[in-house]
Amino acid sequence: MSAAFWVILTGSFAAAACALVGSFLVLRKQAMLSDAISHAVLPGIAIAFLLTASRNTFPMLIGAGMFGLLTVYLTEFLHKKGRLKHDSSMGIVFTTLFAIGVIIITMFAGQVDLDQECILYGEIVYVPWDRWIWFDMDMGPRAVWILGFVLTLNVMFVSFFFKELKVYSFDPQFAAAMGIPVTLIHYMLMGSVSFSTIAAFESVGAILVVALLIVPPATAYLLTTDLKKMLLLSVLIGVLSAISGYYLAVFINGSVAGAIAVMTGFFFALAFLFNPESGFFYRIFLKSEQKKMILEMGKPSLAKKQS
Amino acid sequence: MIDLFFEFFSLADPNVRYVLAGTILLGLSAGSLGCFAVLRERALVGDAVAHAVLPGVCLAFIVAGDKNPYWLLMGSLFFGWLSMLVMDIVIRNSKISPDASIGMVLSVFFGLGVVMLTYIQSTGNVNQSGLDAFLFGNAASMLPEDVYVFGFVSLIVLICIAVAYKELKMVSFDPQFAKSLGYPVKRLEFLIATLLVVTITAGLQAVGVVLMASMLIIPAAAARYWTDTLHVMVITAGVFGALAAVSGSWISYSAPAMPTGPWMVVSAAIIFAASFLFAPKRGEVGQWFMKRKNSRKVNEENVLKTLYHLEEADGNQGRIRTEKDVLKRRNMKESTLRNILKKLEAKKLVTCYQGSPNGYLLTENGRQEAARVVRVHRLWELYLTERLEIKGDHVHDDAESMEHVITPEIEERLAELLGHPVLDPHKSRIPYGNPKPKEG
Repeated sequence: MSAAFWVILTGSFAAAACALVGSFLVLRKQAMLSDAISHAVLPGIAIAFLLTASRNTFPMLIGAGMFGLLTVYLTEFLHKKGRLKHDSSMGIVFTTLFAIGVIIITMFAGQVDLDQECILYGEIVYVPWDRWIWFDMDMGPRAVWILGFVLTLNVMFVSFFFKELKVYSFDPQFAAAMGIPVTLIHYMLMGSVSFSTIAAFESVGAILVVALLIVPPATAYLLTTDLKKMLLLSVLIGVLSAISGYYLAVFINGSVAGAIAVMTGFFFALAFLFNPESGFFYRIFLKSEQKKMILEMGKPSLAKKQS
Repeated sequence: MIDLFFEFFSLADPNVRYVLAGTILLGLSAGSLGCFAVLRERALVGDAVAHAVLPGVCLAFIVAGDKNPYWLLMGSLFFGWLSMLVMDIVIRNSKISPDASIGMVLSVFFGLGVVMLTYIQSTGNVNQSGLDAFLFGNAASMLPEDVYVFGFVSLIVLICIAVAYKELKMVSFDPQFAKSLGYPVKRLEFLIATLLVVTITAGLQAVGVVLMASMLIIPAAAARYWTDTLHVMVITAGVFGALAAVSGSWISYSAPAMPTGPWMVVSAAIIFAASFLFAPKRGEVGQWFMKRKNSRKVNEENVLKTLYHLEEADGNQGRIRTEKDVLKRRNMKESTLRNILKKLEAKKLVTCYQGSPNGYLLTENGRQEAARVVRVHRLWELYLTERLEIKGDHVHDDAESMEHVITPEIEERLAELLGHPVLDPHKSRIPYGNPKPKEG
């Protein structure tokens, strides 16, 4: 199978996995947590790397997952104990952890073959050549398997806890009153955000992960008010962005990850401007119609006075 | 190490001078400007803008063909601006929440920048090396002209803050109110946004995209623990930012492999942690001491009150009371009671008579203090029953906590309001000190 196929498949898996959990982040108004997590996992990756001295994905997943949850916990802690606003506490936690990560990497620069840039940009183009060899059998690109696994986990998580997640995203107080273990659901969601982030990370980079987690769900959110439809739409938009982004990148000979991010933005702009129910242009149209109507309503009374 | 220290701080090395001057100016302006962003809950906007200027940097590079700092500045200013505008439009015209808009602008603009960066790289322009220093910053390679740009920008930022301080303060705390007073709120918000974009753009070269956000947030958040006054907070945050800059530069000077930017952030984080823990009043440790002091005061007042009640019960002010007598009336641990009595003795509020068991007697001061607590308690009970029409059997618990909180001024007002009453709702006498209450 061609390299293009594998790259697109990897991108689509990443997009779908991120869109599923990202939808809940957007609904809970915690979208920036994805940015925070995607930066804050850097020390986790670096430490896992140093301890195992290999680029094995599994320890990196664990390390990153732990730091992802640590970010969530510390943000909550500073928010509650330190009486800081959510965004400030998040900003403090993730930038500090990221700085520590950069320091660790430079400290052991000799031992660590870990490139900060590759973490930020990703190297999705090399995915087809990083094969998973199992019992002398070529199973295909490793990243496809990892992302496929994470996607399966996310699908299971969302479909199994759909009702709980739904109540939790729209009304956490009510969820708690219903006896839903809100804290557990919260940390499980954050755990899957961390896992998706780190799994997608290697191939598409930290910033693109943020784009995939936030932008397709936000686009879908503009288009529907039904949670199920929103989830499906955001997956669809994510996959479309991955496919079109790949061809855009090939066309201009640029970064695939960056192009996918640009495409997610493009789809959002489309929905934002032309959405028939609440789009930007529709609103302008509506306003001018209203103006006309008011003017029309004013006319007869004027006419009466004159006559 | 010591030699290195003197070498660094004697500023003999011109390179050290440039780096230090540049980073200090950055810390100063980012720290003080960050206060406004943090107070307006826009802390992460800085992060988004820092990422969003990447396309501008690339565009400037494509247009100018080299790393001309002025072109880079112009390009980033434009895109920084554009990103803020897009965020604003999306937040105003759709149901997307602010945080999602910030995240979208951040990632999509940055993605665009990455595409352009890879495009530049693929065209094989030799001058492009170092463009990606933009991402992580490279303070150690700061040149004199960078410092001039920097100094100029910081100066403008600081002057703007100083000149428009009152207006900025208004807009940060209550934009609606500011608007109703006739302040040009839109223009002031424009000013804040511009200053933010300018500072971020200038700072990127030193600390890089990700860490630029932290220089805006962390010093401001740390300064918040030390003061409740905005101008003190702004100055403190500036100083914290500058301190972090000195510390970061020093670490990267003494260990050349170490990057300056990340160490600046870690230094700022340490300053933050210290503020969080040790700032007087708002710090964790300070709060813990306050709590302990408070609970001690409550305990002491309760014991005094109990002794007073005992005197009141048999009308004998000369009779010595034992710990057992107190414990009969007040439920508390024996060891705690002994401690409190010791403290009260040290304060000369009770006299201790050694013996088995020890006996205690209120001193004149102690009696007055106890009478004050009892008086406040009974006045409050009376206020609740008479003015708020709460039933007499419901008021005791409330008065039990209020008696420790009510200040002499409030007590005075209460007594006046109730006409210096003699009896409380349970028909107990309200003890007045000097001056004596009017009869009747």
